[in-house]
Amino acid sequence: MKLPIYLDNHATTRMDPRVLDAMLPYFTELYGNAASRNHEFGWAAEAAVDKARKQIADLVGATAKEIIFTSGATESNNLAIKGVAEMYAEKGNHIITAATEHKAVLDTCKKLEKGGCRVTYLPLQGDGLIDLDMLRESITDKTILVSIMYANNEIGVIQPIREIGKICRERGVLFHTDAVQAVGKVPVDVNRDNIDIMSITGHKLYGPKGVGALYVRRKAPRVQITAQMDGGGHERGMRSGTLNVPGIVGLGEACEIARLEMPEESKRMAYLRDKLRFKLEAGLDEIFINGTMEHRLPGNLNMSFLYVEGESLLMGINDVAVSSGSACTSATLEPSYVLKALGLGDDLAHSSIRFGIGRFSTEEEIDYVADKLVDVVGKLRELSPLYEMVKEGIDLSTVQWAAH
Amino acid sequence: MAYSDKVLDHYNNPRNVGSLDKKSSNVGTGMVGAPECGDVMKLQIQVNDESGIIEDAKFKTFGCGSAIASSSLATEWLKGKTVDEALRIKNTDIVNELALPPVKIHCSVLAEDAIKAAISDYRNKQGVAQAA
Repeated sequence: MKLPIYLDNHATTRMDPRVLDAMLPYFTELYGNAASRNHEFGWAAEAAVDKARKQIADLVGATAKEIIFTSGATESNNLAIKGVAEMYAEKGNHIITAATEHKAVLDTCKKLEKGGCRVTYLPLQGDGLIDLDMLRESITDKTILVSIMYANNEIGVIQPIREIGKICRERGVLFHTDAVQAVGKVPVDVNRDNIDIMSITGHKLYGPKGVGALYVRRKAPRVQITAQMDGGGHERGMRSGTLNVPGIVGLGEACEIARLEMPEESKRMAYLRDKLRFKLEAGLDEIFINGTMEHRLPGNLNMSFLYVEGESLLMGINDVAVSSGSACTSATLEPSYVLKALGLGDDLAHSSIRFGIGRFSTEEEIDYVADKLVDVVGKLRELSPLYEMVKEGIDLSTVQWAAH
Repeated sequence: MAYSDKVLDHYNNPRNVGSLDKKSSNVGTGMVGAPECGDVMKLQIQVNDESGIIEDAKFKTFGCGSAIASSSLATEWLKGKTVDEALRIKNTDIVNELALPPVKIHCSVLAEDAIKAAISDYRNKQGVAQAA
């Protein structure tokens, strides 16, 4: 077993070597511009892009023409939301999203608010799911778009996408989903799930960074979005810019591998995740899973280790790469807004660790991480005045803290 | 974030972890911080009645590695000092010794506050004891 161990697969994934092999020729041999229509180099590039478009479409039940290439999910989310807001401005100016969306969605919505749009940020229930009745009630005759992520990047909770899409369809509102964590991990089907627009990125599914896609529905309904960059009119006029052919080939290959291997892979990841969970639960008291286990990505586990602060915990497992919801590990010094949206107190958010198990994770690694965590949490609790007080029978919520 | 060797040393081998009898008249207890802020320090001193010298110091800390190191270092420095000398320990001394980055300065402030709180508790107890 090699150290350090990577369990941060929601942040990014290692590129599959098979993806790299597929990409390599397009850097040095087949380097044509896919928009060059009058020579071999261009044709080869275009053929490669067409193949990738098909591979991506096949993974999500779309048609190739509905796939628009971008530089990644941040761009896809910006293009989807701003593009719809601009295109459908005459129809309405209201957008509905959720409090736990990625910043690429939330900050895009905030920008639109400054420009005169009205945005509703749906709260989450304690299990991490949105309340469908609240969604229904939030839709007005001015609503043009609902943007709800497929699966959350911190707690891995999968939203009832099909039902959300159905509600949107019934009310004549477009539905966008940021599906970067879900595509390639769980079965996604834009028709079954009633999705109109969907963001995808390469590097979350063992493909390259810097390439992504936006699914834009062409039929029932035909969705139009206003381009956010001016240029050569590539990608059906929605996204100008010379195509990143090697990246696109990589994204396509990554999607094909995911499609073929998902049934087996998701079982293996769920097995590893459950093993990690049960080992931790067997070895430690006072631990708490954040978000429902019932609707969750197979590779995700998010746990709070009560009375232990997240950054000190990460320090104790410094040969394991994971993330914490602790303020100390974030640039803003604020604890995770996703965990807070679940109703977790700051103290629990400070004590949380996100585990992201991936394609290259092994059982040996999971055993090592579980054992090490049990050891380190035990040691830090010996150090923790909170754990001591709880063991003495003191209710921490009754203590007058000298907050600073 | 990279930690200094001294922070790592205190984190891996924390000095003087534990608790003293908080009911004892020559033990002062300081508890500062709050769970929702991500750090709570409990620092205790035991003062020799005759010499007025801090003969033992213990801590427990919920917080990041720098908070643990700051309080561990504080207990090391407290031992052998008089109460008045202990009051002269400044958070900047801790920052310098542990090479804390700016974002972690609040950990050292918390340690200084914990020292002051422990001494204040000790003096209150002594005052009450003398008055009685």
